[in-house]
Amino acid sequence: MTELQAEQGVQALEVPHEAKTRRNRDALIALAVFVVLALLPTVFSSKLLLDFVIRCAAYGLFATSLNLLVGYTGLISFGHGMFFGLGAYGFGLMMQKTGVPVPVAFVATLGITFAVALVIGAICVRLKEIYFAFVTLAFQMLIHSTILSWVSLTGGDQGLRGGIPRPPFLGIDLSNQLHLYVASCALLVIGLFLMHQIAQSPFGYTLRMIRDNATRASFIGIDVWRAKLTIFVLAALFASTGGIIMALFVSGAYPEFAYWTISGEGIFINMLGGVTTFLGPMVGTVLLLILNDTVTRLTDYHGLVLGIVILFFAIGLRKGLMDFVVEWYAQRRSGGGERG
Amino acid sequence: MLEIRSLSKSFGGVKATDNVTLDFTDGSLTAVIGPNGAGKSTFFNLITGALKPDAGQILLNGLDLAGRTPPEIVRHGIGRAFQVASIFPSLTVQETMLAAVCADQRKASVLHRRFPLAETRDRAEHAMELLGLASKRNRTAATLSHGDQKLLDIALALVLDPKVLLLDEPTAGMGTEERWRMIEKVRELWETQKITVVFIEHDMDIVFKIAPEIVVLCYGRILATGKPDAIRRNEAVIEAYLGTEHHAGITV
Repeated sequence: MTELQAEQGVQALEVPHEAKTRRNRDALIALAVFVVLALLPTVFSSKLLLDFVIRCAAYGLFATSLNLLVGYTGLISFGHGMFFGLGAYGFGLMMQKTGVPVPVAFVATLGITFAVALVIGAICVRLKEIYFAFVTLAFQMLIHSTILSWVSLTGGDQGLRGGIPRPPFLGIDLSNQLHLYVASCALLVIGLFLMHQIAQSPFGYTLRMIRDNATRASFIGIDVWRAKLTIFVLAALFASTGGIIMALFVSGAYPEFAYWTISGEGIFINMLGGVTTFLGPMVGTVLLLILNDTVTRLTDYHGLVLGIVILFFAIGLRKGLMDFVVEWYAQRRSGGGERG
Repeated sequence: MLEIRSLSKSFGGVKATDNVTLDFTDGSLTAVIGPNGAGKSTFFNLITGALKPDAGQILLNGLDLAGRTPPEIVRHGIGRAFQVASIFPSLTVQETMLAAVCADQRKASVLHRRFPLAETRDRAEHAMELLGLASKRNRTAATLSHGDQKLLDIALALVLDPKVLLLDEPTAGMGTEERWRMIEKVRELWETQKITVVFIEHDMDIVFKIAPEIVVLCYGRILATGKPDAIRRNEAVIEAYLGTEHHAGITV
């Protein structure tokens, strides 16, 4: 023990009270949000609203998990959508081919995603910046091509046809829209709570250090490759969960779920909502789905409108909506470079 | 004790480090000097694992660290600060220190607890106080002055509780007054922390004033080692690097 250690003493203390409090507070908020969402159908009976929230859950988990890579670690993945597709196809095939109960298929799909993400991640996270981005895109296209060409298993460009069996379990019948809605809300809230815990854990700060300066991070003893691989796999699991919700919602899986445009939408959502706040991608998801739903109803040129919107955020605000709001609020409060 | 044995590294046909053998005794303060391109930073890069040596040994208390990765070398007790402050711009000073201690305690991968961990606080606090950064704890690193960023870089190395601290031009890019403040801080750290400090420096006034031991590198080879007086009188050093000014002892 050197003098520095001797002077301070390095005995382990208890977990600080406030840290426990923060986690408990977050758990309470999550529970409250779930209760509000679950009670929503008693106030608004619109089936469109329920469908909207289910889609928000699927895309929200996907986009927030992408932000763990993009915003927290600085890994810009153009292929994150492959795990959304893998979740949808894995779960759909499991239910169609094996007839196992839904929870078993859910866990098995996450297991498959884990294995695939581990292999792909081990290759990709060694690469930097644009090389990482394009190799993840290449893997996504590989999976998409496999789905298209393996017709006997995946149905090719027609997707998984005939619907996904959703046998009831523990009194939950996912073929019932209301049950599916509540289950999707539960998965969304649990997923967001877990991702928030990751972002606020010591590992979350390790990711921030890697994003800021990976070389320096390695010179304070951090195994950068291992940390990047860990978050790559974790993010894949949450994206896969989003895919599972989508497969349940449409009772099928389609090649578009694994196409590069899904990854593009994920990036778009993050740009829209912002990457510097945890809830930015969730806000972006809601905005994008509202835009999609309203614009496509009004005009055939919805791509043009979405392009203008993204230009507004990218060139006009130069940040996502939540980034803008938080920055504006912080400037109003302190007006300086201090962070409390 | 840090022992360098026959360390060599070439880039193509250029020998950046050529059969260097050196000893740094525990608790010593050594300046590494030499003209531009002498191989000083390469020497540091080899010791800290940023570059793999072609040959030779880097023995820290008898353990050979040659060819190991930077995280492994850091964990064995060799810390480093960089010529251009290498920090985490978006983190506050306090977050930087707490996260670094977390990494040192092998808790950088902890998922189930909240940051910061209680057991990291005292060490982080102490490092901030040692470097005079405690009052700037809530400033993001990007908003600090150049001098404070250099101090934060050193604090990052020091908070890991190294046995050997390598400082690559701690005064680079500073004005005269700031340079002296920084070097006094380095000296103070060396005296209070009782660690081995090796620093690269171009300002000969500083080198001859504070370094009890000096190593002169030239074209990747050791030109001379010894006390300041001996270095100042060494004809090979005068010819290759110092010139006549320091030989006459005017500036010291």
